[in-house]
Amino acid sequence: MNALGVIGGVLQFVLVVAGSPFLVGVMRQVRARLEGRAGAGIGQPWRDLRKLLRKESITPRGTSEVFRIAPLVLVATTVVVAIVAPFVTTASAVDSVADLFAVVALLALGTVALALAGLDTGTAFGGMGASREMTIIALVEPTLLVSIFALSVRVGSTNLGAIVTSTLQDPARVISPVSLLAAVALVVVIIAETGRLPVDNPSTHLELTMVHEAMILEYAGRDLGLVEWASAMRLTAFLGLLANLFVPWGIATAATPVALLAGVAAFVIKVVLLGVLLSAGEVFLAKLRLFRVPELLAGSFLLSLLAVTASFFLAQPH
Amino acid sequence: MLSLWRKIRRTGRVAEPAPSQPSEELSVAAELGGSVQIRHVDAGSCNGCEVEIGSAFGPVYDAERYGARLVASPRHADALLVTGPVTRNMAEPLRRTYEALPEPKFVVAVGDCARNCGVFAEAYGVTGAVRDVVPVDVEIAGCPPRPEEIVEGLRKLTGR
Repeated sequence: MNALGVIGGVLQFVLVVAGSPFLVGVMRQVRARLEGRAGAGIGQPWRDLRKLLRKESITPRGTSEVFRIAPLVLVATTVVVAIVAPFVTTASAVDSVADLFAVVALLALGTVALALAGLDTGTAFGGMGASREMTIIALVEPTLLVSIFALSVRVGSTNLGAIVTSTLQDPARVISPVSLLAAVALVVVIIAETGRLPVDNPSTHLELTMVHEAMILEYAGRDLGLVEWASAMRLTAFLGLLANLFVPWGIATAATPVALLAGVAAFVIKVVLLGVLLSAGEVFLAKLRLFRVPELLAGSFLLSLLAVTASFFLAQPH
Repeated sequence: MLSLWRKIRRTGRVAEPAPSQPSEELSVAAELGGSVQIRHVDAGSCNGCEVEIGSAFGPVYDAERYGARLVASPRHADALLVTGPVTRNMAEPLRRTYEALPEPKFVVAVGDCARNCGVFAEAYGVTGAVRDVVPVDVEIAGCPPRPEEIVEGLRKLTGR
């Protein structure tokens, strides 16, 4: 733990916690404009959150502690990832947690907590959503691990900060086949994991097509606010990881005010740009049939496997 | 995909300019702070009001720009949008949906049928108007009400 890591951790916490609803707002606004609407403005998710946090939460009859604890677990795991991952600075506040396996496991833990809560409600849609989410996560997690692992092979460390630092030192790596294959695989799994089109439609009203929404149908008020906030933070964290693993430039490597300011600006610009691209792309896509989703995810797993293979075969002798 | 992009470019913005804010505003609007999630309940409507609600949330009238949004679950909602006279079979589901809403909660009755049973008054299958089953906060008149009127009624709740 060093000064850079601690300052970075605080900055990242503030940025992700306060900024993630704005990211969702920007994405909804882009989508609204492309659909010919006026849009509710980028502050609308914050207004929704403010209202939800003031409302009462309802615990449906027959639900257990699992249902009550799940939003807290989801928020807690996401906040830890937001603090430790290399978003603004290459150093991490808690270096041992900024590990590939730890970060992916933390993000998976949040998803599993929510799926258990969906099952706990005992409603048809809660169980259906949980089952679908588990199908998707079972295919997403290996791809997520393997594609980042492909990048870590050359570095000789699974520490995310180390991977980012080594890419900074050797920019040619970004256009290597390993990086490109891993990037495509990672884009597909991030779309699946954050519940965007074509895997899941975040603005659907039709229960039969829901994945993420179906699990949270029973949440109300404050609990719902926490779940939505955590979803926004997860989206920010995933986009931040994608941006910094493949285009790390701008990230702060020294604890000077200028470097930190550049790090913050670079992170915001990269994440907002990715978010705009994602939501603009969604306008052109229809939701994939649920039985086709495993094919898409298997394809991305194949790409990540190729990336790992390539990273061994194309490894430059040191 | 390219043709869709060309269509988007050619169409541009179809949302009509926002009319001025309704003068009378509910005192409860401040509590919601410009964000109202709405659950729609069809208590026995002929679906005329549904068509108008659909276009109120479509691109032309774009009720979402005032902070109103339709949601899939009453647990997520702040307001119920009830259409039609309350039929015998829908009275209990309507009551239960109202109970499922977290506090503070509001009810908007849309259309003449929801206000006073309209042409279905005194029919054997009808329990009564919406206000006979659950407390109503905002009423929107018309058979069916125009999308502008629905949007104006919702803006009383969002306060924007």
